[in-house]
Amino acid sequence: MSAGAIVPEGPRPRHFGWARLGIYAFLIVAALFFLFPLYVMVLTSLKPMAEIRMGGLLAWPSDPTVEPWIKAWTSACTGLRCEGLRVGFWNSVIITIPSAVLAILLGMINGYALSFWRVPWANWMFAILMFGTFIPYQVLFYPLVRIASTLGLFGNLGGIVFVQVVFALPVMTLLFRNYYASLPEELFKAARVDGAGFWRTWFSIMLPLSGPMLVVACILKVTNTWNDYILGLIFAGRDNLPMTVQLNNMVNSTLGEREYNMEMAATLLTALVPLVIYFVSGRWFVRGIAAGAVKG
Amino acid sequence: MSQVSVRKVDIAFGSVPVLEQLDLEVAPGEFLVLLGPSGCGKSTLLNAIAGLLDVSRGQVWIGDRNVTWAEPKDRGIAMVFQSYALYPQMTVAQNMGFGLKIAGRPREEVDRRVREAAAMLQLTTLLGRKPAALSGGQRQRVAIGRALVRDVGVFLFDEPLSNLDAQLRNELRVEIKRLHQQLGTTMIYVTHDQIEALTLADRIAVMKDRTIQQLATPEEIYLRPANRFVAGFVGSPAMNFHAGAIEAGKSGPAFRRGELSLPLPDRFRDAGGAVELGIRPEHIVIGTGADALPAAVEMVEPMGAETLVWARVADEPFSLRVEHTVKLRPGDRIDLSFPGENVHVFRAGTGKRL
Repeated sequence: MSAGAIVPEGPRPRHFGWARLGIYAFLIVAALFFLFPLYVMVLTSLKPMAEIRMGGLLAWPSDPTVEPWIKAWTSACTGLRCEGLRVGFWNSVIITIPSAVLAILLGMINGYALSFWRVPWANWMFAILMFGTFIPYQVLFYPLVRIASTLGLFGNLGGIVFVQVVFALPVMTLLFRNYYASLPEELFKAARVDGAGFWRTWFSIMLPLSGPMLVVACILKVTNTWNDYILGLIFAGRDNLPMTVQLNNMVNSTLGEREYNMEMAATLLTALVPLVIYFVSGRWFVRGIAAGAVKG
Repeated sequence: MSQVSVRKVDIAFGSVPVLEQLDLEVAPGEFLVLLGPSGCGKSTLLNAIAGLLDVSRGQVWIGDRNVTWAEPKDRGIAMVFQSYALYPQMTVAQNMGFGLKIAGRPREEVDRRVREAAAMLQLTTLLGRKPAALSGGQRQRVAIGRALVRDVGVFLFDEPLSNLDAQLRNELRVEIKRLHQQLGTTMIYVTHDQIEALTLADRIAVMKDRTIQQLATPEEIYLRPANRFVAGFVGSPAMNFHAGAIEAGKSGPAFRRGELSLPLPDRFRDAGGAVELGIRPEHIVIGTGADALPAAVEMVEPMGAETLVWARVADEPFSLRVEHTVKLRPGDRIDLSFPGENVHVFRAGTGKRL
């Protein structure tokens, strides 16, 4: 062996090869592709109309202003009313919270019952529920409108929450059933020997273990409900139209000059809630999906 | 302590029968071990006694009550599971007191009984910890403690030591035995580990294929296995087996297989026909008695206190256990004798002991 030869020792040296370079290049291009529209939207929303009229889509705002944001929030016209998007925002909040709470709660109890208790015909019920996830829900609109109006649940807050919960139940049940199936069955048996019944076992043993799945279910349901357009349009009624519907009204009912800056601001405002949820909970989301390895 | 009685029980999963017409009587204060390979139905039987599984036919009695339709909590039993099954979000004390709390007992009583059980298992310093902060052995002690707190007539153990490493297993085994002597509670213990069965049990029920093969004291099972399966399953290193035939010779019956001819005690005079001969490695003796046969050492496995020697007698392999002080090498020639009282003969086909 010559004196200058490298003796293999310790960690193997990393090679930054062409393959790795290609991967990075692709990732960067993909990121730019998605960030570019966002960049334009944010910039435009901060420019006064005079500056927008001059063109220069990518130019940095020379005279930045938050005026369009304030207008979008407080005084922009969504159809006939001109009270801004805040009305829609609060409508969406009022729709989302009870829908999410109810759907998650019911899905959790469904999943718990199906995975631990021997419910008669459990497999058939689960199969029917799963079938529900695959039916395109547009097919159900007309009958559902009739059912809801018979029950007095059409065109009001109760109606939209009812529909939101019904459509979310299959997925929520599936999520929790599979999650509970990953917990050791002996835990359930131990609780039974200790004398805990259906509700006690759920509340004292299973609920405290449901944290990771609760986070996932929350994210899914909240973003889903927030982003919903068609259900809100049909079932919510004129006074409860969610933010997405109001945004659409605002953008499509422009008279005269199109206020790009205000519309950009309004769109960003509407997208803000799901965005914040993803940023805040990204870590939990991944953890919840990877969950299943719950050890006692 | 309560007696447990399983009467003509059938259990089926769908159309697959798991237990059929099973009878089992456990005396008050007895330590009964259900021993068998996986899939023999031993855990199913335990779950049925606990009330976690419904029987499709027959009755289960605990104490003097028919508990066939009773919920687990109303059967006067406590259970310890293989995976510990501790409630992860509760402290050790809360885990142990959960059953009493649900039963609505006053807090002072729960506290007192948790403390008593903890003291008995040296868990007092761990009472405030969560299960995640405990080692495997500590977790299983907590699970045993949870059973103790319930103050019941019957303890059920479902392979409680199988998740532990060898040393902890030995420690906890001793602890369980000590507990049984101290409390005198009826205990039913499921395991596939024959050492656990032999060391702990008053009686062992060896199970295979949905039925109890033999129900007897450990000594009886070890010395007089009822059939070929029990003989092979119990004992380590395993018994030597050779298929052959019994022939009547001039000086009494003998087992023949090829060149091998092994004299047998007179009780096999009328046996005749195809059989399987079995003898435990520890019962073959090196020596030069009248019946000794010449053998050649093939391989030697030192196991610490003793050594397992593989030798051939008339070209048939036998393993035998000798003291570690006996130095042998492959190729050595020795004489072996096979004491008649320790030779087992099983009928070929049925496997029944003759």
